[in-house]
Amino acid sequence: MLRFLLTAALLAWSCLPVRAGDTLTVLTYESFTADWGPGPAIERAFEAECGCDLKWVAVGDGVAILNRLKLEGDAPTADLALGLDNNLIAEARASGLFARHGQSLKGLKLPVAWTDDTFLPFDYAHFAVVYDREKLADPPRSLQALVDGGGAGKIVIEDPRTSTPGLGLLIWIKAVYGDKADEAWTKLRRRVLTVTPGWSEAYALFTKGEAPMVLSYTTSPAYHLIAEKSDRYAALDFPEGHPLQIEVAAKLAKAKSPALADKFLAFMLSPGFQDQIPTQNWMLPAATTSQPLPPEFEQLVTPAKTLDLAPGDVAANRRAWTDEWLKAMSR
Amino acid sequence: MTPAIQIKDVRFRYEDMDMRFDLEVAAGRFLAVIGPSGAGKSTLLNLIAGFEVPLGGEIALMGRPAAGVSPSERPVTIVFQEHNLFPHLDVWANVALGRATHLKLDAAGEEAVRKALARVGLLGFERRRPKELSGGERQRVALARCLVRERPILLLDEPFAALGPALRRDMLELLTALWREQKLTVVLVSHDPDDARRAATDVAFVHAGRILRHGSVHQVLDATDLPELTEYLGRPL
Amino acid sequence: MRQRRRLIGAVALVLLIGLLGAPLLALLTAGLDGREVAAGAYLWDVTRFTLLQAGLSAALSVGLAVPVALALAHRPDLPGRRLLLRLFAMPMALPALVGVTGIVGIYGQAGLLSELAGWFELTRFPSIYGLAGIVLAHVFYNLPLATLLLLARLEATPVETWRIAVALGLGARDILRFIDLPAIREVLPRILSLVFMLAVASFTIVLTLGGGPGATTLEVAIYQALRFDFDPGLAARLAILQVAVSLLVAFAAGRSAVPMLVEAGTGKGRGRPQAGSRWRDGAIIGLAAVFVLGPLAAVVAGGLSRSLPSLLVDPLVMRALATSLVIGIAAACLGLIAAYALALAAAAGPARFYDVVSLVTLVVPSVVIAAGWYLLAHRLGVAGWATAPLVVLLNVLMAIPYAASVLIPAVRALAERQDRLAVSLGLTGWRRFRLIDGPLLKRQMALAFGLAGLVSLGDLGIIAIFGGDGLVTLPLLLYQRLGSYRTGDADALALVLMALTLALAWMLPRSVAGDPTP
Repeated sequence: MLRFLLTAALLAWSCLPVRAGDTLTVLTYESFTADWGPGPAIERAFEAECGCDLKWVAVGDGVAILNRLKLEGDAPTADLALGLDNNLIAEARASGLFARHGQSLKGLKLPVAWTDDTFLPFDYAHFAVVYDREKLADPPRSLQALVDGGGAGKIVIEDPRTSTPGLGLLIWIKAVYGDKADEAWTKLRRRVLTVTPGWSEAYALFTKGEAPMVLSYTTSPAYHLIAEKSDRYAALDFPEGHPLQIEVAAKLAKAKSPALADKFLAFMLSPGFQDQIPTQNWMLPAATTSQPLPPEFEQLVTPAKTLDLAPGDVAANRRAWTDEWLKAMSR
Repeated sequence: MTPAIQIKDVRFRYEDMDMRFDLEVAAGRFLAVIGPSGAGKSTLLNLIAGFEVPLGGEIALMGRPAAGVSPSERPVTIVFQEHNLFPHLDVWANVALGRATHLKLDAAGEEAVRKALARVGLLGFERRRPKELSGGERQRVALARCLVRERPILLLDEPFAALGPALRRDMLELLTALWREQKLTVVLVSHDPDDARRAATDVAFVHAGRILRHGSVHQVLDATDLPELTEYLGRPL
Repeated sequence: MRQRRRLIGAVALVLLIGLLGAPLLALLTAGLDGREVAAGAYLWDVTRFTLLQAGLSAALSVGLAVPVALALAHRPDLPGRRLLLRLFAMPMALPALVGVTGIVGIYGQAGLLSELAGWFELTRFPSIYGLAGIVLAHVFYNLPLATLLLLARLEATPVETWRIAVALGLGARDILRFIDLPAIREVLPRILSLVFMLAVASFTIVLTLGGGPGATTLEVAIYQALRFDFDPGLAARLAILQVAVSLLVAFAAGRSAVPMLVEAGTGKGRGRPQAGSRWRDGAIIGLAAVFVLGPLAAVVAGGLSRSLPSLLVDPLVMRALATSLVIGIAAACLGLIAAYALALAAAAGPARFYDVVSLVTLVVPSVVIAAGWYLLAHRLGVAGWATAPLVVLLNVLMAIPYAASVLIPAVRALAERQDRLAVSLGLTGWRRFRLIDGPLLKRQMALAFGLAGLVSLGDLGIIAIFGGDGLVTLPLLLYQRLGSYRTGDADALALVLMALTLALAWMLPRSVAGDPTP
């Protein structure tokens, strides 16, 4: 057993932070830094540019990033957080943990105007219903058709109490149906096969064929088109419009290397970073890339209308909307 | 008269030891089986009781061949060193099981259980559970169960090994009394030659899977011509 | 000696309470409270549903495990029995989501049964989403565990008891009535409590198979409070509520239990007379095997994908494999020691108390404990070096209930049998362990070790909080791949994880894996 304890101790030791002069520590989510994600290429490009060391610390997802920062409070281990999203901004701002980015917003290419001085976007996608062409010949062509269509063609959705896409759908229904949202939920409920705690569970059930529809992103089919050479899955374009998920980064007020963090934020909107986004992170770049997007991206749905709710509104009403959803869905 | 137990050329193999037994016990005798541990004493008892099936040879009990007769049908009852009682059944039920496994006794059965408990001195203990009894009391319950079974042969495998000296003497006295009253044939496996001196009429000395000597208590225990026996008994040569 | 044991137990207890209480306290006093407290009516509904589904799951899992364990006990020579029992250990280490995909692969909308129903032009296989699906998945996870624990007790019946039974001519029904059912009754409250608490703390299964937010457990509320609302104080309070409710139920369930003279550690599963119907036993074992192995086979079938060969040489996978093994084995070793200490105390003191206390960690959500410790470690400035030891330590906590389930009854039985002798010889402490308890409890120790290792192998809650700085286990890697569209990789990793589990299950004691040595 001693050997195991020793190994465990070694493991612990290997986790000690590297004490180098110029190190930028970026807290992000796991799929970003995975070997198939955009992290490794971005790290190489940035390290070549700044002559410094870039260290990733990865946790589960955007929510986990913010939670870890809150747990760490005044003594953060990271200089920069990468991977929060627009719906978390109000809460993140209220925490007072972040500093202004000081970057020019002119280079941004988003479907909505962006003026935030603390949180800087690096990619985005619209929430969308993705469906399985082999299982559903005639999918609903609008949010209303989805809501009113009854039980034909089930959908897996995510729980707004535990996941960002779930919150996205909550916002979506609210933006379209307003005061009648609870009625819409009551109707939609007949179509809902189940509500999962997160995106991974929902998407796994969907690709296993449990339901022909899932709440995901407009960019999801790109993965299947490019990585699997399959056009089996497609997103649906709803004329009522789609809410956006915009992923953002922000510098920490207590960053140990603030200058490097600024450098990284500037680099983030350059092609060296943005080129990796479409086919590594499966999202749309928030700024110019050096090459045009792969042709498969032209097959993706581009919603004509973007539903844009102010982050403050979402934060203020989230609990009330969630309660409304709970009531309608458990009735 | 037919012997109560007749064992002819019975062979058995346990782990690496080949055993071969020949033995005759006349009805009404009290045989103590002694010998070093691992010699095959318990195996001999288990062969008689029917828990082990011999590889060859013949066993006859009360004049009837025992081959193919299940342990419960044989004219024997048995007491082990421990685990004789079912821990969740009370004393009454543990004894009554010897009479009827469905535990629904007729008047005669009830009377038999009562008499057996009275005989071993445990009247009034009917509702106690085994864990509320002392080691000696538990063995008395086991003996009472043997009594209600009314079988002519009583087998005991180190029944008092876990008891203190005084208790052990009491139990041996009880056992010899029962043997006389019920006209039983008793086979007592013990590692202690004193048990044999106190209670038995005959002794069999088992060594390495063989019965090396069988005779009256004095014939065997006082013999000086058998090195294995003298070594076991620990007397100077 | 009694005092000394109580002391050992007290130390273990204090450590246990400290390890659980310190993080809760840290969260409660962190000053990170959210804006509102969850509404009372909502909490009441959630608590009610938690108890309902956990009660149903426990009753069904254990109720169905009884005939299965009996049938397995009746047939020690059944071909393939040993393999089957080892496969029965596998669901324990299967992350909930993998288990869910396995279940769905058989019973789901596009599952095997649904497809079969389609072939025969039958009406559609009924949807499992709802309470039925939750209970189904919980039975899949817990029936094998309950079977293993019950069987371990059934096989502990001493050989003398069987000989007496044979000598008395007890039939199949008598054996059931006088020997097997009392043995089962003895361990039933504890196994029921164990499964009940496991079901109380269920999260992914409840949400994913629940069909809608009507199926919400306290654990969901805790997760929501901790993650989404970031209200650690509320999360800690809900965790305390969950502990209180489950302890109440566990103690109530345990009150009917009459402590028996447990004889574990004496029998070796041998001596049992052949009794009962071979066909009925075969049918019961067959049904149970199909029920448990079906979803496992679905996972295997899903995992035999194109990405499997490349994953097997992927250094990341190898590293995760090694990390999982090191954490699992370290946690199992320490968990064994802690459970043994508790078992010693239980043998000397109020057994039921220690019994239930050792189960507490099942219902203290590991995410809450992990978050609390993360906060503490960070405040104390030891987050850097303490990460790996903390992960191991918290896994130890999770492993204790399983190890204790095996060791508490066994040590108590041994104490009753050997105490006098040991005292008379002046054998105490380590020497006694080495000479008496160790050798005699070898099989129980091995089982406890195996179960503890399996549990920490499947952990996701702790590693999700602490991971990220290069500390990646197999389940975490699996979730990472799933989070970036790589379902094929995730399926293949599930297969790798299952292989690892099987390797560990192979180390389970021979008798529990059904080897009737003479």
